[in-house]
Amino acid sequence: MLLAFDTATPAVTVALLDGERVVASQTKVDARRHGELLAPGITAVLDEAWVPRQDVTAVAVGVGPGPFTGLRVGLVTARTLALTLQIPVYGVCTLDVLAAQAVDEGAVTTPFLVATDARRKEVYWAAYDEQGRRLDGPHVSRPADVATDGPVVGAGARLYPDAFPQAVGPEHPDARVLARVVTDERAELLDPEPLYLRRPDAAEPGARKPVS
Amino acid sequence: MSDEPLVLGIETSCDETGVGIVRGHTLLADAVASSVDEHARFGGVVPEVASRAHLEAMVPTIERACETAGIAMYDVDAVAVTSGPGLAGALLVGVAAAKALAIGLGKPVYGVNHLAAHVAVDQLEHGPLPEPCVAMLVSGGHSSLLKVTDLTTGVQPMGTTIDDAAGEAFDKVARLLGLPFPGGPYIDRAAREGSVTIDFPRGLTSQRDLQRHRFDFSFSGLKTAVARWVEARERSGEPVPVAEVAASFQEAVCDVLTRKAVDAAAHEGIEDILVGGGVAANSRLRALVEERATARGIRVRVPRPALCTDNGAMVAALGSELVARGRQPSELGLPADSSMPVTTVVA
Ligand SMILES: [Zn+2]
Repeated sequence: MLLAFDTATPAVTVALLDGERVVASQTKVDARRHGELLAPGITAVLDEAWVPRQDVTAVAVGVGPGPFTGLRVGLVTARTLALTLQIPVYGVCTLDVLAAQAVDEGAVTTPFLVATDARRKEVYWAAYDEQGRRLDGPHVSRPADVATDGPVVGAGARLYPDAFPQAVGPEHPDARVLARVVTDERAELLDPEPLYLRRPDAAEPGARKPVS
Repeated sequence: MSDEPLVLGIETSCDETGVGIVRGHTLLADAVASSVDEHARFGGVVPEVASRAHLEAMVPTIERACETAGIAMYDVDAVAVTSGPGLAGALLVGVAAAKALAIGLGKPVYGVNHLAAHVAVDQLEHGPLPEPCVAMLVSGGHSSLLKVTDLTTGVQPMGTTIDDAAGEAFDKVARLLGLPFPGGPYIDRAAREGSVTIDFPRGLTSQRDLQRHRFDFSFSGLKTAVARWVEARERSGEPVPVAEVAASFQEAVCDVLTRKAVDAAAHEGIEDILVGGGVAANSRLRALVEERATARGIRVRVPRPALCTDNGAMVAALGSELVARGRQPSELGLPADSSMPVTTVVA
């Protein structure tokens, strides 16, 4: 029984996979409430499927890139849950999940980009072949610097239509696909480490300014 | 065997990742991972740096605490976590971890107030807290006088800082004097080599200020006065007497804090003062509050320095009290509340 979740975009998405079958899932979109939505989402899918927590044998978590605060909620939850249940955690690049979704939905048949909102007028993006295999990325860039007429998956495409006129496929990742990507080993399995792609904003203090 | 609750507490409101474990009033483990060294070159805590460090430290610190306590994780009866006040992104890491523990262990979670936890921690050292008492909490993040009638339901603010926290003033004056961050311990050490020779201002102690701000603090004017004094010295080409400035500054801070704390207790007819927070580790503050309270027939309790600074044990101590008094746990939808009011002991 695999418990999967992702909090690297405005979506808080949770799914429970029994072998090949998704037995419960939930997705709520609220960019500001990841910390409030994730834990109830996890208990909701466990309860809905009548699965006691001890039956969960692995955790899959989206490791971003994504806005830091939400991203950390998913990662610390995955790591801590795995610690208490003594089970492994698999990390997957969130953009890979969106790529797999787009391929599965038939939204793309040629090479494409995935772009999500990185705030500060930038996008997180990666390039994929038509089967959803990552060729380049993930990176963080200004939309104009990676503009393309080709198909672009994810909320980043919808936010910047000038740079990405051809928005296709899903806007946010779905944990049901995250779970399947892990069991089918369709994406690179990573350690549950966040893909921040940016350094923290912090300036060392300059010379003291006199007060008088 | 004991029927006292076994509680694991998590603290991440600032730059310390703390995990403490207590059984009743007995401290079993107090594991702390600090990111203070990463902030030192910035002269203050950088929220994003702190949040990243919390994520990395969380699981190892939980493991270390359980190992030290000699308990199996699934033996805990409840999980407590600081849900506010503090740095929003930092709090969120601890709150999410606490919920994951609660889900994984099938135990309740209590989202607790950081300030009330600073009060509760003294029970681990000195036993049941006298209720009512006046708590003076001073650190880099807070400077508060609280009236505590019931540790789990009755915490009322009496006064607070209207500008900088006391600990912030220590950091800024330390920087002015070329001493490292965090400034508290370095000022304390430097002050022992000097004497109080400069008369720095005592904020909010004039008759007029006392009418409106009897139990409030202000340290911004003091900080500026110290800066002016040091700059005047530098301009005249004379060396800055670091020990004298440190001692005189420290005296000004401790004078106001202790005077107001004792006044607050006397005003309420309360016979016990509890001191907590990082600045409570200051040797002059401890001595002066003791001296002034004793003169008024008031008892003082100050936990040992390791329990005064932010840690997980204080959160566990409050959690244990909440369980013992049968208080309702929090919902799993519990938010991190960076401006949680002091009157909210459990969210
Ligand atoms: Zn504190």
